[in-house]
Amino acid sequence: MNVLPFVALAYAAGVLVPAAFALAAWARLRRAERRLAAIDPRARRRER
Amino acid sequence: MVESPRHGFKSQRPWPKLSAVEPAIAPPATAPSVRGGRKVHLFANPGRFLRFSGRLLPWLAAGGIVLSAVGLFWGAFIAPPDWQQGEAARIMYVHVPSAWVALWGYCALAAASAASLVWRHPLADLAAAEIGPVGAAAAGLCLASGSLWGKPMWGAWWVWDARLTSMLVLFFLYLGHIALVRAFDEPARGHRAGAILALIGIVDLPIIHFSVVWWNTLHQGNSLGLFSAPTIYISMLWPLLITALGYSLGFAAIVLARLRAAILERRLASLLTARAVDGGKSGQGAAIPIAGMGAGMGAG
Repeated sequence: MNVLPFVALAYAAGVLVPAAFALAAWARLRRAERRLAAIDPRARRRER
Repeated sequence: MVESPRHGFKSQRPWPKLSAVEPAIAPPATAPSVRGGRKVHLFANPGRFLRFSGRLLPWLAAGGIVLSAVGLFWGAFIAPPDWQQGEAARIMYVHVPSAWVALWGYCALAAASAASLVWRHPLADLAAAEIGPVGAAAAGLCLASGSLWGKPMWGAWWVWDARLTSMLVLFFLYLGHIALVRAFDEPARGHRAGAILALIGIVDLPIIHFSVVWWNTLHQGNSLGLFSAPTIYISMLWPLLITALGYSLGFAAIVLARLRAAILERRLASLLTARAVDGGKSGQGAAIPIAGMGAGMGAG
């Protein structure tokens, strides 16, 4: 049995699943920061 | 200008003070009676947590990306094939780190749940709610990669082996926690129910770990132990440990980013509510332009 497709699929999942979660978290954080900064401009300074 | 004692920043009317609108994520006023609780509360302050996590997040993310990339490349192209399983053993470099992350992620979920039940701190509730989906993804990745490894080695995508079944239970515990937290109209009840489930489910962790010792399983035994020499060759051990460390840092970075976003979203909702109430009281309305959204909010 050729195992390479199984290995390739496992690596693809091992890269894509964490990458998708990381991108989604990053986008959500940026969106929340933008919205909060629009309402309370001093919020960004306070968080640093 | 009014000095906010909790956050140490200047607040000016008519902007609502965060101390006034943030009770939903503020620590309880009473001093904790449990030993060590004061330190926990220091880190549980949302403002302090945001500053601390803001500095930590880039390092965690960079470490997670670099170490995962190095470990996966090493495992895929440099590490030798297994003498018995051949190239299929390379799936180990995805399968084992995701399993470890799912396990210690559940430990973090249980710790946050315990903190929530003992100190009733909403930041612990938020942490548990944000750990759940990421932990479920890690457990799902472990099961999927294990299935991809099992098919060429065992001739089956799935067997009801003790290790596989207990890992599936962990996956369902994560899913149950996600569903339970969102199942109630009152968020506090959902968080409390989820915390109880998370603490009950911790009994699954030793079952997963010792399943290959307690029962005759198709799944291979543990190759690494705290008190025993590894039974895996060193040239395979290094990429495995590097990938596991990279996945762990990446998991922590994702959870931290989600938790920061959740705190900011809650703060945003509190600000909007407080300003709507203030606007309603003064009879001016509270039309709040939100830059980049092209939307406003009327007090009605």
